[in-house]
Amino acid sequence: MNKALRPVFLSLVLIFLLSPIVVVGGVSLNEKKALYFPPQGVSLAWYVELVTEADWLVPIENSMIIATLSSLAALSIALPLAYFLWRYRVFYARAIFMLGVAPFMLPPVITALGFLAFWATVGLYGEMAATIVSHAVFFVTLPLVTISLGFESIDREIVEAAETMGADSKAVFRTVVLPMVRSYMVSGYAFCFVLSLNEYIVAYMVSGFTVETLPIKIFNALRYGYTPVMASVTIFFVVLAALIFGLIGRFGDLPRLMGALTPESRNT
Amino acid sequence: MIGDLPKGLRAHLPILYPAVTLVVFFVIPFGIMLAVSFFQREPGGFYTTDFSIDNYANLFTALFGRVLTFSIFISAFCALICVAVGFPFTYFITRMPRRAQVVWLVILVSVLSLSAVIVAFAWSLLLSQTAGVSNLFVWLGLMEKPVSWSPGFWALTCGMCYIAFPYTVLVLYPPLSRLDPHLPEAAQTLGASPVATFFTVVVGSLRNAIVATLIMVFAFTLGTYLIPTILGRPQHWTLSVLITDEAIYRSNLPFAAAMSVFFMVVSLALVGLTMLAGKGRGPVQR
Repeated sequence: MNKALRPVFLSLVLIFLLSPIVVVGGVSLNEKKALYFPPQGVSLAWYVELVTEADWLVPIENSMIIATLSSLAALSIALPLAYFLWRYRVFYARAIFMLGVAPFMLPPVITALGFLAFWATVGLYGEMAATIVSHAVFFVTLPLVTISLGFESIDREIVEAAETMGADSKAVFRTVVLPMVRSYMVSGYAFCFVLSLNEYIVAYMVSGFTVETLPIKIFNALRYGYTPVMASVTIFFVVLAALIFGLIGRFGDLPRLMGALTPESRNT
Repeated sequence: MIGDLPKGLRAHLPILYPAVTLVVFFVIPFGIMLAVSFFQREPGGFYTTDFSIDNYANLFTALFGRVLTFSIFISAFCALICVAVGFPFTYFITRMPRRAQVVWLVILVSVLSLSAVIVAFAWSLLLSQTAGVSNLFVWLGLMEKPVSWSPGFWALTCGMCYIAFPYTVLVLYPPLSRLDPHLPEAAQTLGASPVATFFTVVVGSLRNAIVATLIMVFAFTLGTYLIPTILGRPQHWTLSVLITDEAIYRSNLPFAAAMSVFFMVVSLALVGLTMLAGKGRGPVQR
């Protein structure tokens, strides 16, 4: 493509990606309860409301608890699984890996409906614990793939050296393997955390009427008319995501993680 | 030693907990859903155990057919737009210095991680009368007075492309960054124009990856639920909306489950196609 057109094209894409966020950011600053862009007057009242009104504080708290715990649970499932698949060669390895990837690959509404049917049968429908476990299983793919990538990047000779020096597999895991995959675990956790915070359909189907998460709250609020608080909560989400992925980009290997997270490259 | 066969029960211990968790919380829910799709709906409750294929027979209605057709159409449309724009875009960013690549990736992943609720809300604002782009057009003198463009077909298209675009780029990123940079250079040394090089060498050598991406983006947009409910009108509702509607608002879990099973078969067929398309890529990549 023409060299002169390239910056124009890239700018257009950037405008497409950023303009909704810019408008929302502007609207969140409106002084009165109205949605104008450019904003009429400048005020941070809508950000204050976000952290003072129970209406919004409760969903924020719910979402934070769910995201924190479900990512932790996802990590706890992914780590031993990735370790086992790296450490040993078994004939069912591929099947069990697919099992970890499947919840994320199916259309979300299908996985969500499966969870709904399950929790209704078990009798935990509407409980926060159900949302936490469902999110952990739904997002287990992310830490599984990132941590597997971490294991693959370990030079096998280092492990062999440690074994030659007399370390048993526990010691090898603790002193050699774990430090080397730690940054991948952090990335996997962060991905999981952000996506859980933003997830709607599973949380809604599993316990949407009793445990209101932030996306559910926004959706419910949309039906009763728009307020600038929604704009401020959106900016909160955008900043949080940009911050977390910015840190991964700064300290982690984002291009490589991207290569691993997309299934297209895994098929080969 | 790495790559051993696991010896004895102790070696299997690490996999026990993940395997049990995934079976209990994923395979079993899935099995329950499959079973429920054959159950009978019980008015006022969830369902009664039964074996009937009524739910599947009920799929063949005009409404379902219309929704399915529209879902496939809008998803295919958005997938085409995303890949047509995303392919050259991804090609450009893979040729950038690493630092710039990381900045773009951070933007894309951040957008991708945003809740569909938020994306839909942001777009409905951007296309609204009071805060939308039409105000900008009025100010520029292109329009008489600001108008609202949401909800509607184009609002829906914008919203769906907005969530599908970063996904498209991230799927295209690995094959494009693996493309040997000497190939386009060689083509240009031999006298091809940059445009001709792009279409014959870059597009040509990644044909299979493009097809695979098209199918994946198609399947991805097929799964969106919130965007059509906020940015579309009722005639723009997709299969995901219909399933949720049936399960939550009509409490007809068996019928929702039957629709999901049907939907999953369609999706799996698509994944199968992706894998076929992903095979047999030429030796041009590093």
